[in-house]
Amino acid sequence: MKRVISILAGAAMLTGASYAVAELADGYKAVEPTSEDSPLTEVISGYEFRIKSTQETQDDDFENPGMLLLDQAADQWSVAEGSAEKSCADCHGDDPLEAMQGVGSTYPKFTEKGDHRAFRNIENQINHCRTERMGAKAWKYDKPDLLGMTVLVRHADRGEPVNVVVDGDAEALFERGKEMYYTRYGQLDMSCAHCHEDNYGNYIRADHLSQGQTNGFPTYRMKWQGVGSTHRRFKGCMKNIRAEPFKVGEDDFLALELYTSWRGNGLPIETPAVRN
Amino acid sequence: MKLRHAVAVAIFCGLASGAGAAEIAPGDVKIVEGALDTPLTEKAGDPETGRAIFANRKQGNCLACHMVTDLLDTEQFHGEVGPALDGVADVYSVGELRARIVNPKSELPDTIMPSFYRAGGTNRSAEKFAGKTILSAQQVEDVVAYLQTLKE
Repeated sequence: MKRVISILAGAAMLTGASYAVAELADGYKAVEPTSEDSPLTEVISGYEFRIKSTQETQDDDFENPGMLLLDQAADQWSVAEGSAEKSCADCHGDDPLEAMQGVGSTYPKFTEKGDHRAFRNIENQINHCRTERMGAKAWKYDKPDLLGMTVLVRHADRGEPVNVVVDGDAEALFERGKEMYYTRYGQLDMSCAHCHEDNYGNYIRADHLSQGQTNGFPTYRMKWQGVGSTHRRFKGCMKNIRAEPFKVGEDDFLALELYTSWRGNGLPIETPAVRN
Repeated sequence: MKLRHAVAVAIFCGLASGAGAAEIAPGDVKIVEGALDTPLTEKAGDPETGRAIFANRKQGNCLACHMVTDLLDTEQFHGEVGPALDGVADVYSVGELRARIVNPKSELPDTIMPSFYRAGGTNRSAEKFAGKTILSAQQVEDVVAYLQTLKE
């Protein structure tokens, strides 16, 4: 039976070129996994799976629609809010892109001390600052205020390699994320790995399957006509496979965010990326 | 009176054929050595309907993963995740084709391919789909009938 399948698979490959819309362009960029435990032999940004015009939109800061949110966040940076009447600039300095260097590439991670210590992504850390230090209201997940500030923090590390730490106290979450990555979910009964490990580079109908890397997030997505978070993308994937998604901003997706970020360790941050 | 009688007969016939008394429930399916030789329904599958289900994104959406030359004229995007299905009926018996659609995991436990007529066994299915099969018994038979036309 296996022989028959491999013959059929071979036939699929032979005929593939005749109907595929595009393949990974010659000379696509890949980096080597930074850990020998990585299941990948090459680590490829979602950028490489997109057509040229999409890549060019991302490359041009004046064309990239994600930059609008970044500009708004840069203005917000110095706005005092909350009972403490403090702005981001009051603690971090006037230049967000300077102040936040070396920050965005390391999230999600454990932050703060004592009772406040928790595993956070950039979104949750921003809201922690707002509620604990500014005495302001938390911003809503996946709304422009929080997305914009997350884009700004992450953008300060644009070009820097993703560098999340998965040992020490993050290990349990890493293991949880890994388990999720290989677990089948939903009526369609698929795991992340089925598409993004076993089939990246292949077309699933009109969609070119990527490795599901997070280095461009928050990203401008044409389908959304706007910028969205990593967790929103996870949610979309789960809905596609007819599964009940986990909640954005909470532990399950944080674990998955850590694990998927680790799979992309070494990839340059592209935020805000432009994707389909 | 006569009309009422006719309506009653029509309803009776409708029930008898529509409800499909002999339909095999998903929990009663038994795949033997990679084949499911007994059709799921009494009504034979219709290849034309099966062809439409094969391409329909909300139904089989088989085309998402499998390329088939027969549909190249009408459907633009054919997937590459699974093998091309040209000549699949030369390779597999009808019972093997049926088993592959009903529950491909019985032969290939690690496959990405969904089980289109399996009772439960899934994890965190959305409420709308929980406990339901992806295709109905008749839709499976229609797709099997279509696949049988794919000969080279």
